[in-house]
Formats: sequence, C-alpha cells, structure tokens
Amino acid sequence: MTKQNCIIVGAGHAAAQLVTSLRQQGWEGAISVMGDEYFLPYHRPPLSKDYLSGRKSIDDILIRPPAVYEKARVRFGLGLRVEAINRTDKTVLLDDGESISYQKLVLTTGSHVRKLPVPGTDLPGVFYLRAIRDVEQIKGFIGHGKKAVIIGGGYIGLETAAVLKQLGMHVTVLEAMDRVLQRVTTEEISAFYTRVHMEEGIEIVTNAAVSSIEGGKNVQKAVCGDDQEFAADLIIIGIGISPATELAEAAGLDIDDGILVNEFARTSDPDILAAGDCTKHYNPIYDRHVRLESVQNAVDQATIAAGTICGKPKPYNALPWFWSDQFDIKLQIAGLSTGFDQVVVRGDMANGRSFAAFYLQEGRILAVDAINKPKEFMMGKQLITAKVEVDQAKLTDEAVPMKELLS
Amino acid sequence: MALIKYIEHNGTEHEVHVENGLSVMQGAVDNMVDGIVAECGGACSCATCHCYVDEAWFDKVGAAKEVEQDMIECAAESKPTSRLSCQIKVTDELDGLVVHLPESQY
Repeated sequence: MTKQNCIIVGAGHAAAQLVTSLRQQGWEGAISVMGDEYFLPYHRPPLSKDYLSGRKSIDDILIRPPAVYEKARVRFGLGLRVEAINRTDKTVLLDDGESISYQKLVLTTGSHVRKLPVPGTDLPGVFYLRAIRDVEQIKGFIGHGKKAVIIGGGYIGLETAAVLKQLGMHVTVLEAMDRVLQRVTTEEISAFYTRVHMEEGIEIVTNAAVSSIEGGKNVQKAVCGDDQEFAADLIIIGIGISPATELAEAAGLDIDDGILVNEFARTSDPDILAAGDCTKHYNPIYDRHVRLESVQNAVDQATIAAGTICGKPKPYNALPWFWSDQFDIKLQIAGLSTGFDQVVVRGDMANGRSFAAFYLQEGRILAVDAINKPKEFMMGKQLITAKVEVDQAKLTDEAVPMKELLS
Repeated sequence: MALIKYIEHNGTEHEVHVENGLSVMQGAVDNMVDGIVAECGGACSCATCHCYVDEAWFDKVGAAKEVEQDMIECAAESKPTSRLSCQIKVTDELDGLVVHLPESQY
C-alpha cells in the first residue's frame, strides 16, 4: 500500500497549527506543506506592529522553530505555487510541472490584498502590507521627518500609522468612506480611534478617495479628485483582503465569498478540507455563515480539520475574537456585532483610553470591543456564549465587578 | 536552560528543556505540548496559554502584572495559581518548574 500523504496548500497560521494537530491526533502518513513565500509559517499580526517597528526579528515571529517541524516529520515546499488540483487523480500540480498525489488535501491559502485600481501604485515607495517581503521593502523608505501616507483607515492602516508615527514620520491617513474602520466597527469606536490618532499627531482625512499616485524616480504624492494632494515619501495601501479561492474554484469546489466548508472543515469534496481566511463556514453561535479574517479562526478551524482527517471529527463552534495594538491601546474584540440594536458603554469613551462597548440584541450581548479593558473582554466572551440577558445598570457601573454579571 | 514539566488536564506529562529568555508558553509550543494554544503569539491578548503554576513553584515564578492579572481573574477555570504562560520568562532559577494545564483554553 502506498503511504498516505496529506498535502497542505498555504504556509500560514492554519498550516502551522494543522501539522502539529495532525500528529497529536494520530496522523501517521506524510505531511507536505506548500507555500509561495520563502519562510516557515510566521505570525502575521506583528507585521504591522513589532516587526515593522524593528522590535521583533523574523526568528521572533516564526510560529514554530524548525525543530518542531523536524520532530513532526513535515516536508516543506517553499517558494512554489500550486497551479491546479486534479480531483479525479487526487494530485496537485506545482508550478515547476511536478505533480504530487494526496489522500487528503487541505487548502489554507489565506487571502490576497485588495488592489487599489488607480494609476501609480507601481511607483517605488508604494506598498501593500501583507507579507515579510513587503515590510522589508517598506523599511527602506522609513525615515525620521519623512512623510508617510496611509491609504485606507482599517486596522492594518491605523496600526501602521501608529508605528510610523512612533518612528518619527509625519503620517496622514486617507480614508475613502466618511469614517475610519467603517467596514469593521461602529461609529462610536471609529470616533474613538479618530480622536486617539489625532491626539498622537496623525492627520486623518475622511471622504478622501485616492484617484492617482504620482511621482518620478520615487513616489511623491497621493491625489484625491481635482484639488487635494498629499505629499509622500512612502505610501502604504491597506484597503482590505479577499479570500484566496482561485485554486478551489478552478477545481470546481463550492465557493461563496470564500471556500464553503461544513462544521468539520470539509469542502464539497470529502477529501479536500479548508481552514482559515479562505473559508466561509457556519457559525452556530450566530446561526449564519461567516468569513473571518483572523488568527483565531485559522488556528481553531485547522484543529477541527486535523480531527476530521484523523477520524475524530468535532464540530467547529468557536467564538470569534480579534485584537489590535495601537500606541498604548490594546483592543480586544470578542464576537460579531452585526445585527446589534443597542450599544452599552462601560467606562469613559469620550475622554479616556479605557472603556468597553458592548453590542446587544434584545438584551443579550453579541459582541464586545474592549479597549484597555481585559476583564471586560474575558467576561464578555463568557457572557456572549452564555446568551444571558444582562443587567444593563450593572454593566455600565464600573463599581460592579464584571464577574457579578454572570451570576 | 530549565527543565519544565507540563502536565495536561488528562495527566499526560511532558518534560522539556527550554532556553533562558523564552517564555513557558513558547517552550510548550516548540515541543508540541497539547493544551497550550497561544493564538496571539505572546501579546498577552488572548489567554489561550493559561496554566496553573504548581503550588511549590508559585512564589518563585512571581505574580502577574496588571493586564495579565485582569485577564486571569476573568478567565474560565481561573484559580489562585493561574498565570498566562506567555508572560513567564524562563531563567535558570525555574529549572524543574511544574505547570498544570486547564481542561480547555476557551
């Protein structure tokens, strides 16, 4: 009998979790990971934080050191692309023409940055921020007193703005919508982050849709419409990501803004699984299909996929959570706020830098944005999954310990 | 370098050597110790590296700082000896350390 082979396409957070979970749960066959970057799986969140600032090195952000993969007998194919999946032969075709057979295939292909469809994005000094190589190039354009323009006021854009400001640059954030973080959070939180960034000396310009980027040898400015120009020595574009589904789509798997998987991380082909940013899956806590862009989802769904492959299936039912670090602010988000009918704030949102916003639907907590409020985040997670009706008077009263809300 | 013993909730023991300067969490991740998830990679943001320091070692390891303390206090299955293992730096003094892992990190 030929040896069983599990091929993992994509070498990010989900892959790093999968390989050890597969071994822990008893997979004895070969494990091969194919990645298009020349790095072992690394933590992506620090790219816009401690790795950009230089506080962490590549070794510091590797999810696991090489010795772990050696011990787990994992083979890596780095710097190569998988061109196609042949589901009839159960093989994958690599970009060098080689074809490898699998018994189980896991797609952990992650996501692609959304491209800004304007002229000038190919000028030197204009970057997206998604991978180590992006940050390495960006570092060559950072300089004390120089001007940075960030296109896109999402979490990546704001985190990057915070780091560049701390490195002594003049920073302007251009947001096309009428507030930052519009796609991902509420007006209250957008207003808070706008205030903080302005307090820190960052200029935020909303309703600023960039129409072109101009320059000569290097980038010189971002242009919005007819009259607004923003001088720049460095431009970073962070306008969101889209799931990397091409491979799955070409193979005829079911897709709907993400590779559709069931609660066991299986795609519409039982021998092909998927995990992480590239998937869309059913979440029982919110009773709907979701696509999540988060480490939590990559790690938890990969663990589920490993269980399914090893014949120990467990349904995926984790509570989504996210985090963002900017300046002295630790934001921890638990749950998904879509569908809330009320916002309850605990702490001083208007002046301070420590509060929690709870999003309620019919008196029950759907989600919490906790800003320098770890207790509210931790208890919030429990309150969301318990689905209890909360006492709002207690929730807004900081003198009442969070623990009392669950009793 | 310190020898650290991780004891999973089901009793499975892992004894591993961890270099000074690394965290107790990293020691677990580097040695495939089940029961430490460490989603945030050591940023003290997730509490999925929760452990109980063995009573005999608790004083030597020391108390948690404010943010960590807040996270622990409101973690499920919190105990007086709870710590987040990403916040415990390994030193020679911790040679022989024993930590117990909770049933779940969620």
